[in-house]
Amino acid sequence: MTEADRPGGEVYRPSELQLRRERHHRRQTRRSVLVAAASTAVVGVLLVVAVTGSPGWERVHETFFDPEEAWRALPEVFTGLLLNIRLLLFCAAGALLLGLVIALLRTLRGPVFFPLRALAVSYTYGFRGAPLIIVLYLMTFGVPGLRLEGTPSVLVLGGIALVLTYGAYIAEVFRAGIESVHPSQLAAARSLGLSYRKSMRFVVLPQAVRRVTPPLLNDMVALQKDVGLISLAGPIDAIRAAQIATAQSYNFTPYIVAGVLFVLMAIPLVAVTDWVTTRAARRQSAEGAR
Amino acid sequence: MSAPPVLECAAVRKEFRGNLVLRDLDLTVAEHEVVVLIGASGSGKSTLLRCVNLLEPVSDGSIRLDGEHITDPAVDPDRVRRRIGMVFQGYNLFPHMTVLDNITLAPRRVHGRARAEAEAQAMGLLERVGLADKAKEFPDRLSGGQQQRAAVVRALVNAPRLLLLDEVTSALDPELVGEVLDLIRTLRDDGMTMLIATHEMGFARQVADRVCFLHDGAILEQGPPERVLGEPAEPRTRQFLQRIIDAGRL
Repeated sequence: MTEADRPGGEVYRPSELQLRRERHHRRQTRRSVLVAAASTAVVGVLLVVAVTGSPGWERVHETFFDPEEAWRALPEVFTGLLLNIRLLLFCAAGALLLGLVIALLRTLRGPVFFPLRALAVSYTYGFRGAPLIIVLYLMTFGVPGLRLEGTPSVLVLGGIALVLTYGAYIAEVFRAGIESVHPSQLAAARSLGLSYRKSMRFVVLPQAVRRVTPPLLNDMVALQKDVGLISLAGPIDAIRAAQIATAQSYNFTPYIVAGVLFVLMAIPLVAVTDWVTTRAARRQSAEGAR
Repeated sequence: MSAPPVLECAAVRKEFRGNLVLRDLDLTVAEHEVVVLIGASGSGKSTLLRCVNLLEPVSDGSIRLDGEHITDPAVDPDRVRRRIGMVFQGYNLFPHMTVLDNITLAPRRVHGRARAEAEAQAMGLLERVGLADKAKEFPDRLSGGQQQRAAVVRALVNAPRLLLLDEVTSALDPELVGEVLDLIRTLRDDGMTMLIATHEMGFARQVADRVCFLHDGAILEQGPPERVLGEPAEPRTRQFLQRIIDAGRL
């Protein structure tokens, strides 16, 4: 690059027209910022006035946002949260594995695999439709009711309910990823003499997983939140601990504490999801532009 | 007794949902022979190549490779495909692997060769086609011509008995066509047996031992390139060539 074509350099001088254009753009930008700031301020003030000015605000403030109560409940709720985190790790691994297996079963061809394929299809249909709470009740209250030898703890059963429900969604995400890989990739792999299984393993799946990582992470964020539903079955997780604290003091602040902890726990995962998604989008557009 | 031809298609028929794409097609390719298929889009060139590689099952007829009946239902297609290389119009390199990994995938995962050995062989081939410096790049960093040359190397790495080339220059920018065609000429000089579908008539004339004009799923006319392309006997062939000349492609 020579000195002459460097914008803003000694030699280059923008024309009068360009200067006028830039002035216009600056004016426009200043106006947009001012309008945005003003409207945000108006909406904010209205919200605060509507909530704090409401007739019941005094009582809500006391029963939901009592700092002393929050401090008192924090240790127990936090201990409960550790259970949620452990449960999340196991359920995430289990649901991802189950989802991948189901998605692969659905791609199998040939009459021999009909029963497996049918099982996979009815599973994804059934468990995507079934409300999580009902699956949870069935597993944690129904299964122990059978009084079978060696029935696992309620915690494990609840985890299984979560894995079953989320596995169905994740299976569909994986399947979409597998189907998004162009058939010519499979043809190229087969033409090299790779078997169907090896073509899947080395060529199709690696590309599919890369493509569906953002939606999978999004499902993980949803799972992290639904892990709290285990409290309905009895184990003392963060929400159950909050419920116990509430029952002792007739104050709902512990629920807010649990809610805030859940949000804090979600923030890193949400941030990672956003980062991976933008990176994938940038890669995609770079490929498209080539 | 002489050895059987490398490829022998007898009365090959292919139907797609009631649509007849290949009508009882006969074709023989001898060892070291280069046969070029020409014909309009939809005449069945690509379908024939895909049938030979068992990517499509035939609806009737038989295909033999070195005398072995490969369209026999008892034959394992993966074993057959190891002896046939195929290069596609859209390169079909694996985008998540480097060029070197693309090429060594089959030697390592099909033939169970050690990584070092497979890579040494691949580097030798890349050297020959002038892509040694691109071995560690991902395909999207390469030009179309470089990608297609890498795809040719990937097809050659199994040391195939027969190489199938399906419109390998159709997706390339005009200035990149030459480097790919040069590579194919080199292969021909090395004695590689090839079956080529192409729209490049000039290239067909230079590289082919025999040109086959496909029309409506059958070979209407075949012979040495000078004759089929220079003084075609069939009116349909003349029509096709005239359209190509009118389009400025000859």
